[in-house]
Amino acid sequence: MSAVNRRDFLKVTAAVGGGLLVTINLAACRDRGAAGGAKAADPSVFVRINPDNTIVVTIPKSEMGQGVRTSLAMLVAEELDADWNQVRAELAYYDPKFGDMGTGGSSSVRQNWMPLRTAGATLRAMLVATAAREWGVDPAECTTDNSFVHHAKGDRKLHYGGLAAKAASQPIPAGVKLKAKSEWKLMGKDRIGIDVGPITHGTAQYGLDVKVPGMLYASIERTLVFGGTVTSFDKAAALAVPGVKDVVEIKGVGIGVTVHPGVAVVATNTWAAMQGRKALTIQWDAGPHAAESSESYLATMRAAVEKKGDETVNTKGDPDGVLAKSAKVISGVFETPFLSHATMEPMNCTASFKDGQVELWSPTQYPDMATAEVAKALGLKPEKVRVNLTMMGGGFGRRINPDFSVEAALVSKAIGQPVKVVWTREDDLRHDFYRPCSVHRIDASLGADGMPEAWRHRVSTPSIDVSYQEKPPEGGWGPNETDGSANMSYRIPNRSCEYTLQASGVPRGWWRAVSTTHGMFAVESMIDDLAAAAGKDPVEYRLAMIDGVWWKQPPDFPEYPFRADRLKGVLQLAADKAGWGKPLPKGHAMGISCGYDHLSYAAEVFEVSVVNDRLRIHRVVVAADAGPVVNPNGARAMLEGGIIMGLSAALKERVTIKGGGVAQKNFDSYSLLRINAAPVVIESHFVETDTAPTGFGEPAVPPVAAGLANAIFRATGKRLRTLPLDIKLA
Amino acid sequence: MEVRLTVNGRERGAEIDPRAALLDLLRDQFGLTGAKRGCERGECGACTVLVDGRPTLSCLMLAVASGGRSVTTIEGLAEGDRLHPLQQAFIDHDALQCGFCTPGQILAAVACLAAGRANTDDEVREWMSGNLCRCAAYPQIVAAVRAVAAAR
Repeated sequence: MSAVNRRDFLKVTAAVGGGLLVTINLAACRDRGAAGGAKAADPSVFVRINPDNTIVVTIPKSEMGQGVRTSLAMLVAEELDADWNQVRAELAYYDPKFGDMGTGGSSSVRQNWMPLRTAGATLRAMLVATAAREWGVDPAECTTDNSFVHHAKGDRKLHYGGLAAKAASQPIPAGVKLKAKSEWKLMGKDRIGIDVGPITHGTAQYGLDVKVPGMLYASIERTLVFGGTVTSFDKAAALAVPGVKDVVEIKGVGIGVTVHPGVAVVATNTWAAMQGRKALTIQWDAGPHAAESSESYLATMRAAVEKKGDETVNTKGDPDGVLAKSAKVISGVFETPFLSHATMEPMNCTASFKDGQVELWSPTQYPDMATAEVAKALGLKPEKVRVNLTMMGGGFGRRINPDFSVEAALVSKAIGQPVKVVWTREDDLRHDFYRPCSVHRIDASLGADGMPEAWRHRVSTPSIDVSYQEKPPEGGWGPNETDGSANMSYRIPNRSCEYTLQASGVPRGWWRAVSTTHGMFAVESMIDDLAAAAGKDPVEYRLAMIDGVWWKQPPDFPEYPFRADRLKGVLQLAADKAGWGKPLPKGHAMGISCGYDHLSYAAEVFEVSVVNDRLRIHRVVVAADAGPVVNPNGARAMLEGGIIMGLSAALKERVTIKGGGVAQKNFDSYSLLRINAAPVVIESHFVETDTAPTGFGEPAVPPVAAGLANAIFRATGKRLRTLPLDIKLA
Repeated sequence: MEVRLTVNGRERGAEIDPRAALLDLLRDQFGLTGAKRGCERGECGACTVLVDGRPTLSCLMLAVASGGRSVTTIEGLAEGDRLHPLQQAFIDHDALQCGFCTPGQILAAVACLAAGRANTDDEVREWMSGNLCRCAAYPQIVAAVRAVAAAR
């Protein structure tokens, strides 16, 4: 905070109807706030203390189930010494003044850690000063608790709600002191989700539930072959369906947005729109990707990893030379499929275009991008676009993409009326931005001590970046695709990572934890194989060679450097808590894996048995270190949810490309792990390294597939290197 | 055609296409958006409501087939300000993340308790297996249902 000018950071004003309103300029003080520097003078997040003592925090991030409303409100409430029962969280709308509202990369707590706590502490000091003045006492004699200022000597107390209006005219104090962890009253203790009542009552408004006056409903038939276009269509039969009002063609929007070409049927209700859509006759031009398939990609990716990669992501020593001279090279080829996000709420968006401006109600993770791309697609200035955030039924990275927002805006503009574009499950599964498929080949050799001497890792994927930009980032397509591969954290004297781009017409995107979901599967499986070949314990083996990550220079986040001791810490804790090395019930075996993802550390132990080729997962133990834990209950939910999502991918999920499009249609063919197959016992443990916190949303996902495969290997002697793993659940 | 039914204790009527689903009637015509549209083919359970007390996938039931019946949606589960014990348990056990599947989960759980199939964790897991939760709040969902069962 030292670099932050507090006059730019906080503004305090009297609120309409009494009370006090604080605006916090997040852009001025976020860890990477420089990016939003142009707007740094504007206020952003709001904290409102009402005369009735309720405290409302406007949340500058998207809530998609990760509990961001709870954790961010806790940051303010802790330092404010607020009565938690009186704290409310409010969703924001998009405005550049909120700074970067993009919600992803497990970044929400990390980015808001300093500004929201500082805001709370500053407010508290102003309320104390106000009470002290009322009483004519020294503020130093006052304490705060549960939204009261106390004066112990006089046995007096005043409610924040009553002080708020007067506090607004107090000078904003400088250099407020933040609490040490030992002084926390709210944080570090389990809190259930804030404001979840409307969810259980069915009144919470998700994007799909938005209704605005005069609104029509649209359903869009999009090209089922990626890159296809509409050549002609007959709308007569669709228009004959009762309730159908209009039929409009949607021209595609290309790279960076990916609105698919198609035909929208607009009606007075959802059902009529869908019936009208079924009645359409459309002639398509299949475009350049119609012959592509998962098999065609696999064939070229498999060939690619048999030779030197097109890009060398990094290299150290002479891995090729050492491998060429080795008497024994241990090799593994690992394959993973495309994955769909499959959020429970299918994509949708409501848009109202009128008089040269457009308002949207969008379940988006990235309103900044939605605003910019809607403006571009409609030829408007960004200030003519207003994006309201709604509750959203899951995100996992899918809702970063602006496609559904742009599409709704285009339909509304075309018909000149408010419209909700409703996606079916089929639309959602077949027009996702998929986690790329991948092939990894690792060749390694061991020294006389059994430790790896050489390691050559070749990766081929259809890169995510290609879906968003025409030219590769500086350093090539490889670095962003090899997170978890090129930057794996083991000390090996001769090492390289090579990358070859696979061409594909399939839109790709960020799926919870992104590239580590396949890179860590390959690396952690291979390390386990090497430990077995060396006759060493997998935990000891890893502990002996966890070192620095070796990665881009300068790193993206120099203020959060990789620390080997933290990765070792979670590995040791997970092993200890799982009882690693102790006798197990007959037929049971344990597998372990660990990794570094989105600046946090996680290690996982899976205890399994395999009887008659059927897998049982008896117990999962996870240890994670993302620094101090704001809400253990929420953090555990992220770890457990991440592990089950990781298991779902490891055991069930596969998007298959046929004829340039997605073969799966619904949950019968894209099956997810259900409650009766999810492990009953998941034990979560934290290492709370004393540092600024990072985030729990993603880091539990990437170690899952390798940890499970390692357990199956120890139970059966069989090494599974293809996802989803070829094994049935008992 | 016209359909008349009881929704959350109240007589209601509407004009609806004979091929439209109960889910369409509830969401688009009655504005009861607690029942969610998740897959439209009975795979995800997000549209679960109670019809004459029985758990029903409202995306698969024709609206006209609900004529003369009594439908309970999540909006009608609480008695005034008094939440149904399962609603309270889902809050207390944090048995939700994004919450989109939660109305369907709660109504499936109401039926699970009514059927006397919440005696063990495995019974609950089996009964609830028609309701997907992509966020995977599964451990907490089991805990919430079991807690209410234990209190009975």
